[in-house]
This record gives sequence, C-alpha cells and structure tokens, in this order.
Amino acid sequence: MSAEAVVEVRGLVKRFGDLEVLKGIDLKVREGETVVLLGVSGSGKSTLLRCINFMETPTEGRVFESGKLVGTEKNGRMVYRERELCALRTRIGMVFQHFNLFPHMTALQNVMEGQTTVLRESREAAEKNAIEQLRRVGLEDKAFEYPARLSGGQKQRVAIARALSMNPRVMLFDEVTSALDPELVGEVLKAIRQLADEGMTMIIVTHELGFAYHVADRVLFLDGGEIIEQGPPAEILVKPETRRAKEFLEGHSLFKLPD
Amino acid sequence: MHQWDFSPVFSNLDFLLLGLYHTFLVTALALSFGIPIGLALALCRLSRFRLVSGVATFIIEFFRTTPPLVQLFWFFFALPILIDVRMTPFVASVATFSIQSSAFFAEIFRGGINSIERGQWEAAKAIGMSYRQSLRRIILPQAVKRMIPAFLERSIELLKTTTLISTVSYADLMFQANELAQKTFRPLEVYTVVALMYFFLIFGFSYASIHVERFLAKSGESTMR
Amino acid sequence: MNYQWDFQTVWENFDVLWIGLIGTLKIFSVTVVLGLFGGLIVGMGRYARPIWIRGPASIFVEFFRNTPVLVQIIWFYFALPILVPINVSPFLAAVLGISLNTAAFSAEIYRGGIQSIEPGQWEAAKAIGMNYAQTMRRIILPQAIKRMLPPLTNRGIEAFKMSTLASVVAYVETLNQAKLIASLNFNPIETYSVVAFAFFVILYPLVQATYVLERMFGKSD
Ligand SMILES: Nc1ncnc2c1ncn2[C@@H]1O[C@H](COP(=O)(O)OP(=O)(O)OP(=O)(O)O)[C@@H](O)[C@H]1O
Ligand SMILES: [Mg+2]
Repeated sequence: MSAEAVVEVRGLVKRFGDLEVLKGIDLKVREGETVVLLGVSGSGKSTLLRCINFMETPTEGRVFESGKLVGTEKNGRMVYRERELCALRTRIGMVFQHFNLFPHMTALQNVMEGQTTVLRESREAAEKNAIEQLRRVGLEDKAFEYPARLSGGQKQRVAIARALSMNPRVMLFDEVTSALDPELVGEVLKAIRQLADEGMTMIIVTHELGFAYHVADRVLFLDGGEIIEQGPPAEILVKPETRRAKEFLEGHSLFKLPD
Repeated sequence: MHQWDFSPVFSNLDFLLLGLYHTFLVTALALSFGIPIGLALALCRLSRFRLVSGVATFIIEFFRTTPPLVQLFWFFFALPILIDVRMTPFVASVATFSIQSSAFFAEIFRGGINSIERGQWEAAKAIGMSYRQSLRRIILPQAVKRMIPAFLERSIELLKTTTLISTVSYADLMFQANELAQKTFRPLEVYTVVALMYFFLIFGFSYASIHVERFLAKSGESTMR
Repeated sequence: MNYQWDFQTVWENFDVLWIGLIGTLKIFSVTVVLGLFGGLIVGMGRYARPIWIRGPASIFVEFFRNTPVLVQIIWFYFALPILVPINVSPFLAAVLGISLNTAAFSAEIYRGGIQSIEPGQWEAAKAIGMNYAQTMRRIILPQAIKRMLPPLTNRGIEAFKMSTLASVVAYVETLNQAKLIASLNFNPIETYSVVAFAFFVILYPLVQATYVLERMFGKSD
C-alpha cells in the first residue's frame, strides 16, 4: 500500500440498548484521502463518525489511528482510558451540524481555546496560529466578533478553524451545511474543498451530492448500519449497483451530474 | 441515649389533625381570596393609567419583598388600631396570606398574559371584541394553562408559609405541635412527627405538581415559572 | 379615623432596632454563605456517579425543599439538643434551618444552570480533546453562572426575609427588637410599619438587581 492508513476501523459494532446501529463496519482511510459517507437518515452515518473520535464508545471492534490501536485489550474486551481518548480527539478534528461555538468567547478565543487549555501552548503561539486558521477560512477580519454576531456560514467556518487549530491528522464533518440557509452553503463547502486541495485527510457526511462528486476520492454508501457499496464518485454516484443506493440518488432529484 | 417514645404523640393524633385542618383551612381561604385579588392587581399593573399601574406595582413589589412574618404582625397588631376591628388570629392570618400570595399570583398572571403573542389580541380585536371580551375569551384561557405550574409552586410555598400563623397563636399544625410538645415533654418525638407530616404532605403536592407539569408539557403547552 | 401617629417613640428607640438590624445582618451573612456554598457541594453531589453520594444528596434536597423553615428551626432548637449533647442557641438553630433550606434550593439552581447548557457545548469541548474538568471550568460554568446569577440573588433575598423567623426562638434580630419596642411603647403600628419599610428599602434594590441581571444575561445567548 502506497500511503499509511490514518484511520482504520475493523468490525465496528455500535448498539444503543437493543438497537444495533452499526453492524460491523470495516474502513480504511489513507493519508490525504477524502471519503464521503452517504445514506438515508438513520442509517448510522453520524454514529460511525462519532465512534471514530470516540464521542461514542464502540460496542465491539477496533479503531486504529495512524496504525496504533486505540485503547487496550483486557480479557478480550476493549478498555479505553479518558486521558488517551482526550489526546486522540486532539488529533481527530470534528465539525458539527450546529456549529457548537462557545458563545462566551470571540471567534479568536474559540480558536485559541483548545490550543491553550488542552495542548498547553503559550498564548502568543496560540493566537498566532488562531489568526492563521481564521485566515485559512477567510475570517481574519471577524476575529474579535462573538458568535452571536456571525452569520451561520461564518460560524461554521470558525468551527472549522477551531478544529484545524489543533493540527489534526484527520477531519470529520457531520452534515456541516444542513443547518445553513442555501445562500450560505457555498462559502463553507469552498473552505472544505480548499482543505481537500491542501491534502487534508477527511471523512465527510453530506447531502450535497454535487459537492461530493467533486471533492471525494471515494464514496461510501451506508444503509442499515452496513456499507453496501463503495468506490470512486464517478461510479457510485453515476451507476450505483444496489437498489437502495439507486433509490437514494433518485430521491435527490436536484442532483444533476456534470457531463 | 434518648429513649424514643412516640405513644404520647399518637394518642394525641386528633389534636394534631385538628391543627392540620386549620392549616388547610387558612391555605384554602388565602388561595381563594389571593387568586382573584392577584388577577385584579395584575390587570391594574398592566393598565394604561400610570397612577393605577404605579399603585399596583408598589403593592405587588412591597408584599413580595417584605418578610411575611413582619406582614403578619402588622396585620395582627397594627391594623386593628387603624381600622378599629377586632382581629382574631384567624382573620389576621387569612388576610395576611391572601394579600401576600396575591402579590405573587399577580406576577404569575402578568407573566402569563404577557406571554401570549400580540397576534391573539389583534385577532380578537379584528373580530370586534372589546378589551374585556378579548381578555376573558381569548387571552386568559390560553394564559392560565401556561401558568398552572407556577400556580402550583406558589400554592405549595403558601402552605409552607402558613406555619408562621402559629406565632400569633392560631391553632395550625405548627401551633398544636408546640402545645403538645410542652404538654407531653416530648419535643423530639412531637416535632419529628410534625416535620415528617409536613414533609410528606408538601412532597406529595410537589410530586403531583411535577406530574401535572409533565402532562402539560406533553400536551404541547409551554410551561413558565 | 383619628389615630394619633407616634413615630417619635420609634425613633427614640432607634438604637434598639439598630442592634436588631446588626443581628439580622449577622444571621443573613452566615446563612447566605453557608447556604450557597453548601448548595454547590450538594448540587455537585447530585451530579456524582456513585449512588451513595447521589442518593443522600437527592434526599437532602427533597427533604429541605419540602419542609417549612420554621418547622426546621423549631426542630433544631427544641428537638436536636435531646439527641446530641450540644447547647443549641437560637442563633445556631436559625442558622441551621435557613442555611439548609437555602442549600437545598440553591443546589437545584446550580444543577439546573448546568443542565440548561446545550449538549452541543459538551460535545464541542470533547471534540477538541478537553476532559471533564476542563470542559466544566472553561466552557460550561462561564455560561451557566450567568444563568444562575438571577435565581441565586433571589435565594439571597429569600434568606434575608427568612432571617425574621429567628425571632420565633428569640434570637435578637430586627423583628424581635420591634416586638420589644411595640410592647413597651404600645405603638405596634408605627414600629412594624418602620420595620416593613426598612426591609423593603434594603431588599428592593436587590430585587431590581435580579431584574437587571435577567435582562443582561437572559437573552444574550
Ligand atoms: N445516543 C443514542 N441513543 C439511542 N439511539 C441513538 C443514539 N444516537 C443515535 N441513535 C439511533 O441510531 C440510529 C442512527 O443514528 P445516526 O444519527 O447515526 O443516523 P444518521 O445516518 O446520521 O442520520 P441523519 O441523516 O438523520 O443524521 C438512529 O436510529 C438513531 O435513532
Ligand atoms: Mg446524522
């Protein structure tokens, strides 16, 4: 294999009580790869992302980050220590549908917070990096605004800058444009696309199929907690093999494939 | 080590229950006067006339801010001199807690009425209703539903506050407990039993009101406090 | 009505009232500090995972929220000394009753304030690698405190009003002194009016402050 797997998931099962949401997922994401996850509501996309950075603890299976197993195995069961998981999450950035900016901090402070509190960097270094990250998403002039005074698109870009400020090895995006007014979607997608061009490793859940087509190296189709189809976007999005994938794509009738 | 002996308490249970009855009586009367007075105060406070709303605001704020025990003493010792009526402990208690709780109910009413969107007033006006009609037929029925949790909470507070009337020698549960403790020389047992009586009573009401609140929340009514 | 007002005798006894006011302030400051601090501890206890902490904390809150303060004060004054060989002064009895009541109510305020912060804030903090303590200190508390401030101020006002209950066990505070003046000078109407207004004048600015706090913090986020 040419490039190392930044994230690898083996036999991932997640149950909430009796409900089995993920039924044994295997997934390998290579350095610099952009993977787009598609699937109907409730198919387990968010849960899969959240198991990768341990916002949720997997019920069964293993997660590897840069080739290293997360957690330790004891008597055939995985044991995870909070310290290890906190450190892991600094290397896996996540951006949420509803931004979740810290409302009592300015944009700049939001982006500095993880660096100073978690990574224990000096204020000067954190501030310098934070401004750099805000510039990356085109918001250096909003550094001293509080979230309440930012538009949805601007909030989401600050959230992206906040995740980037930790210098993560991989970024997870969970429907980051779903809560935005249509005219604000473009600016956020542009920022993500730019990251892809810079070679950032990313796993993206989105319903913007046109965007997926352009940005993805690989598209995964999730249904009922299983990956039922995967491959390059030109194949999966144009001539899907499974009936479920076809139905899903037909449901997004607004999606016009570029010729 | 103290030798617990509850028998003097239980053999005088009827004595305590009489006190409990008086506690309920004062609470019920204070509620039945306090709620209408509260509504009137709220409407006055919402009035367009500055003087009316000013006076109502002062009354409401005054009775919410001063200690109820001071109010009770004032009604019991002071008012009779001023208006030349004989104040029995019973009358003083009912009067104090009617007015005291009306000040709190007024704020609940006002909050509830204010929480109804302007559009409701306008819609009522548009079909030709007067202020009174809009209030009675459209606004209050909606507002009251939202106010129920706050009403229940306030009523429970009132029940707790009625213990103060024992200090003007009205024979409520607290007063009867004091009497019994002195008579039987068993203060520990008497006060423990009475504390538990109050607890289970009030806890029961609180518990029930939480369920009412949940039910209202489920039936789509936003609750306010 | 031809009542002869006699505020003169109230002013002449101002020093008596003053002693009472000092007593009121003393009991108020002790109970408010103990109550709000104790409430924080109990509130955190209700959050703890082990049932042997969570259980007693919950029972404490439910018990003291659901019993009248006067019953507690009287219980501590007359009943407690029988159980434990200590001398329970009127001051101690009143402090116990009012502090425990304030603690129980404020525990719920702390808990409610923390729970009112959207789960997204916990998630976002978690996602950048913060642990529980860091999240609490840097993200949750700074937001929650704003929401808790108005109801906590309210609790302080209630504690001040409750301090009058100490007069029932003859602790020397304002109302107790008023009783004394009224019975010696036969002027209850003037004395109690003065006392009522004194409480109003002291507390009303605080009431206004809670309104201001509510307006400042209520809708900001
Ligand atoms: N914390 C939880 N507790 C119980 N059930 C959960 C929890 N989180 C998710 N689920 C359930 O797991 C299933 C998959 O949820 P998930 O959020 O992963 O779906 P999704 O593919 O992201 O859907 P959507 O497109 O609507 O976001 C759903 O049935 C959901 O109800
Ligand atoms: Mg989802």
